[in-house]
Amino acid sequence: MTTSTETQATNQVPPGRPQPTRSRLGRFIRSHPFQIGILAVAAFIWILFFIGSPQTFSAFPIYQSFMSTTPFFAVMALPLTLVIIAKEIDLSFPSVMSFGMLAFSLTLTATGNVAFAFIALLAAGVLAGLINGLLVVRIGIPALVATIGTSFFWRGVVLVVTGGRGSSLVPTTQTFLHPLLVGRLFGKIPMQFVWTLVIAGALWVLLNRTRRGAAVYLVGDNEDSARLMGINVGRTKIMVFVLMGLAAAFAGMLVSLELLYYWPTLGEGYLLTALSSVFLGGTSVFGGTGTIFGTLVASFIIGAINAGIVAAGMAGFWTQLIYGLIIVGSVSIQVILRKRLS
Amino acid sequence: MGENLLEMNDVNKSFGDVAAVHNINFRVGRNEIVGLLGDNGAGKSTLIKLITGYHQPDTGEIFFDDQRIDHLTVAQARALGIETVYQERALAEQQPLWRNIFMGRELTNRYGLMDVKRMKQETDRLMLESMGFTSTAVTADSVIKTFSGGEKQGVAITRALHFKAELIILDEPTMGLSLSETRKLMDFVADIKRQGKSCIFIDHNIFHVYSVADRVVVLDRGTVSGEFYTKDITLDQLMEKMYRVAETGSLD
Ligand SMILES: Nc1ncnc2c1ncn2[C@@H]1O[C@H](COP(=O)(O)OP(=O)(O)OP(=O)(O)O)[C@@H](O)[C@H]1O
Ligand SMILES: [Mg+2]
Repeated sequence: MTTSTETQATNQVPPGRPQPTRSRLGRFIRSHPFQIGILAVAAFIWILFFIGSPQTFSAFPIYQSFMSTTPFFAVMALPLTLVIIAKEIDLSFPSVMSFGMLAFSLTLTATGNVAFAFIALLAAGVLAGLINGLLVVRIGIPALVATIGTSFFWRGVVLVVTGGRGSSLVPTTQTFLHPLLVGRLFGKIPMQFVWTLVIAGALWVLLNRTRRGAAVYLVGDNEDSARLMGINVGRTKIMVFVLMGLAAAFAGMLVSLELLYYWPTLGEGYLLTALSSVFLGGTSVFGGTGTIFGTLVASFIIGAINAGIVAAGMAGFWTQLIYGLIIVGSVSIQVILRKRLS
Repeated sequence: MGENLLEMNDVNKSFGDVAAVHNINFRVGRNEIVGLLGDNGAGKSTLIKLITGYHQPDTGEIFFDDQRIDHLTVAQARALGIETVYQERALAEQQPLWRNIFMGRELTNRYGLMDVKRMKQETDRLMLESMGFTSTAVTADSVIKTFSGGEKQGVAITRALHFKAELIILDEPTMGLSLSETRKLMDFVADIKRQGKSCIFIDHNIFHVYSVADRVVVLDRGTVSGEFYTKDITLDQLMEKMYRVAETGSLD
């Protein structure tokens, strides 16, 4: 950037050359409008909350509570961002959360080994994602229909096998898995928060620093162009579905370990929070654009709103109404902004 | 080393009932510019998409650099040194310029991670040297949705010329270009010749084709209806023949 832009700048404006720091900041702001927007929204909501109840928001426990519950959907909203950038959709992940845990609990019962059970959980997630990907890419079913279908299917599998009965996970507290996934780092920071950051970092690198990640943007932007330029469109789509399945199974593990109980209905209620995090985070409904950072920040905004609803004494009945508003509102703002900008 | 860089023997490609390419024999010599002429729907784009690996031929064989290539993919064709400006431009409009330039060919560092900085630097350089963007509002980070038609075409052309290809395929590259930009493009094609590379040049403008091509191949309804060395034929004679093809489907 240095050499060519500087020669360009000298050519164009010889006398008052712009300060490099200022122009770089300007360039940064112009190229990251959504990220800066979402941070502003987060700051605004935080100030509102802080004014509303200064005692609560100046002490650590409220943040600890955010860090403990937001990851349950944030770890799914992050890969869901990739799915939506690739112009696909996955509505099956709540059921995959439960299907993964079914694989976990069956393997645990059979082998008594949590490591095996955890591997079985991840494998179940990969399998579910792979099936979604193959249905969409090889058979050619629109993702919306395919994943509604698999959603019912996996939920059905879980209900048939468990007979609707849950199981206790208390024995896992004696193993490495519980402290590793949902323990408290330094006795304070929930491990699921740490994992969320790890997953966000890994997905950021994948999306922004690998050729496969670049393909996700290109496929979502214009599938025909991507194909003409030699990008493996099918493999790219299968990859995002597999990541989604893997993350859903992992999220199911986090939730169940935190509750120390596996409910076959696990996952219900996470569809809205994950979807609204992605859209509030600025990912385009039309595919082709979106950021990991936006989704990460938006997840915590959603988490805060969740807590706010409870703190305000409103019944859980309100949550769906509010998430519905957030999805419709954020997508409308996006669409209007995009029209204005072009 | 054979005399042909590319050779296609008895190649067929149908879409349903439409025989878009029918029993075609086609070749491109080393350091040769081949002009491809033909009416709308004659099968020009389909023919070149067989060469770029986008379509697979139903029957027939393709040789590149004396190697028989079966089940060619676009990525393999690009690795072999075939770069293309497609008629449909093949751009990703919501993406920044640098991603379009390096689409499907992103530069990586020794860890296999994308070298974004180097790609942007290269894009900045190409903007100044080849694309001739004078506006300072355009940077490597500019989203190309807002570019004019000619600018978009310039991006597609620069992308094809940037990677040192052996065979450059240009499918109606002058579409949407101004007079001066068209002239620059024709200079580029002449450069391809000078650098010892080969080119397939498709254009509906017979003057353009005649002025740069060594040989002109005329397609009609999926078949080759004739070919001429431009040194053996005058522009008037070529035009005469093209009219005859359009009317009668035969050159003579
Ligand atoms: N993907 C496709 N599916 C079905 N039919 C196709 C496809 N691509 C091309 N065709 C058909 O094949 C025939 C040849 O099309 P092609 O695009 O190769 O023509 P062309 O010579 O490039 O024409 P033009 O000058 O208009 O670009 C046309 O009848 C077209 O409708
Ligand atoms: Mg064509």
